[in-house]
Amino acid sequence: MRALVIARRELYAYLRSPLGSAIIAAALLVDGILFYFASLDTKRLSAQLLTQFFYDSSAATMVAGLLLSMRLLAEERQAGTITLLNTAPIRDRDIVIGKFVSSFGMLTLMNLLTAYMPLMVYVRGKVSVGHILVGYLGMILLGAAVTAIGLFASSLARSQVVAVIVGAALVASMILLWVVARAVDPPFNTFFSGLALHHENYRPFMVGTLQFDRVAYYLMVTYFFLLSATKVLEARRWR
Amino acid sequence: MIEIQELYKYYGDRRAIGPLSTQIGQGEVVGLLGLNGAGKTTTLRVLACDLLPTSGSVRVAGLDVVERPDEVRAKVGYLPDRPPLYDDMTVHEYLSYAARLRNVPVNKVKQRVSDVQELTEIGDVTNQLIGSLSHGFKQRVGIAQAIVHGPELVVLDEPISGLDPVQIMEMRELVRGLRGAHTVVVSSHILTEISETCDRILVIKDGRIAWSGTETELSATLKQGMHIALTLRTAGASAEATASKARSALSGVSSVREVEVLEPAEAGEGVASLRVAVSSDVREEVGKSLIQAGIGILELSREKELESMFLELLEEGEDSAGRKRRKKKHADELAKSEAPPATPATDKELS
Repeated sequence: MRALVIARRELYAYLRSPLGSAIIAAALLVDGILFYFASLDTKRLSAQLLTQFFYDSSAATMVAGLLLSMRLLAEERQAGTITLLNTAPIRDRDIVIGKFVSSFGMLTLMNLLTAYMPLMVYVRGKVSVGHILVGYLGMILLGAAVTAIGLFASSLARSQVVAVIVGAALVASMILLWVVARAVDPPFNTFFSGLALHHENYRPFMVGTLQFDRVAYYLMVTYFFLLSATKVLEARRWR
Repeated sequence: MIEIQELYKYYGDRRAIGPLSTQIGQGEVVGLLGLNGAGKTTTLRVLACDLLPTSGSVRVAGLDVVERPDEVRAKVGYLPDRPPLYDDMTVHEYLSYAARLRNVPVNKVKQRVSDVQELTEIGDVTNQLIGSLSHGFKQRVGIAQAIVHGPELVVLDEPISGLDPVQIMEMRELVRGLRGAHTVVVSSHILTEISETCDRILVIKDGRIAWSGTETELSATLKQGMHIALTLRTAGASAEATASKARSALSGVSSVREVEVLEPAEAGEGVASLRVAVSSDVREEVGKSLIQAGIGILELSREKELESMFLELLEEGEDSAGRKRRKKKHADELAKSEAPPATPATDKELS
């Protein structure tokens, strides 16, 4: 499958350039510092500490997801290497999937590298394995959605800076839908809160509750933005 | 191999090419010649399925580029004017990647990469990072990626752009080496390059094929004969006066059609440059007539015919103001570069 050939090349690029390592290292550092300060509060129950960890880590995941995905297509267009992909016998869908898999893979690796913190809570406190697994599932799903949004933004821009700004604006808008939900009357408040990227949809994962409609939400957001990025690539050929 | 019928490509409201119709046979090496903005790159991008046409039909090896783009791409190798290279990969890694992208079976990738490295003579740099290579080697790697999958059609957009004279000669040999195994379409604004490497020339102007044929056929079609470049000593007189004297001297030579005064070909005073349009090779008669008239000849040479033809084609339909602008631009560029202008139209001007 050609998508995997592209994914492999992208992973290679992440590992060879200092950018990927720097982003992951910075995100892990922030995660570690936040966890340290959260753990200083001795009045907290271990489950609450774990919930706080997943809340803090979601922010690092979103920022890292945007930064890792900003280069995916914008850099190719800027360097002119997109022509290699555009003139190879591969579908635009495969280009997008390959790019997504590499960036999402790096982000997931970053998420898994934080595992020592919940494991410490598990060893020293009273939390269930399910809570940890569900929390990570939520973080990974959130990371997938943000990576897809970043990839879509990258498909629109030639500059990585513009790509990350567009991506951040989209993510911020989707997060702030919960504020809109508070300001409007029923049934629109339910509608908007259901669309919010973080608030209503992520909280169940933080507390260790697995809700399949929330899983479906993140999968749909991911699919929607990957499809949008594919359509942008297809449309460019007709321009 | 290639059939293009009534092809149009618009960028928004602007027509880049069209109507454009032509056919290119299997194994031909065809040169696409035209000024910047004429539509060369857009045409090549459509052939390579990088862009899709607005309307019209383009078939490569019998396959329509809109209906079966993936199959067409598998049969085409494309080198854009800016080679699509990843600086962070070694040559070998990059070519292996390009081969895998283009459906080369995994067990044959190593052999194919080795073959194209040998053909393009880049074996010595196979383990070097592409970012550390010279421009000439980067162009070679660009060609290697275009042929790594053994395509039936190779499309090269300005392959000698930015190369030094030695690299140009090497690249010319490389393109010639593709003859036979592939159908090749090369674009360039370096006129001599097209005549050196191609079997047939397509002159493209305003997005349309203005002329098509071999260099000889073009010459015959235009019936414009040839041009003689003259550099004369003015001996204290003005360039116009010398030109006038030369015109009188050449009036007795029946083949002379027009005598044109150019910017001086050499720095300093006392030199006049003329361009003489003739319908047959009368260089000897021209020389004798000028000497008999007492005009000192510093240089008498035959202009590159292709350049003359190209200029003539471009000037067809162009008003005299346009021609003057072109000549003035040419003179300005020469003054800036301080390069000795052997002909009224150099490659630099046409770029």
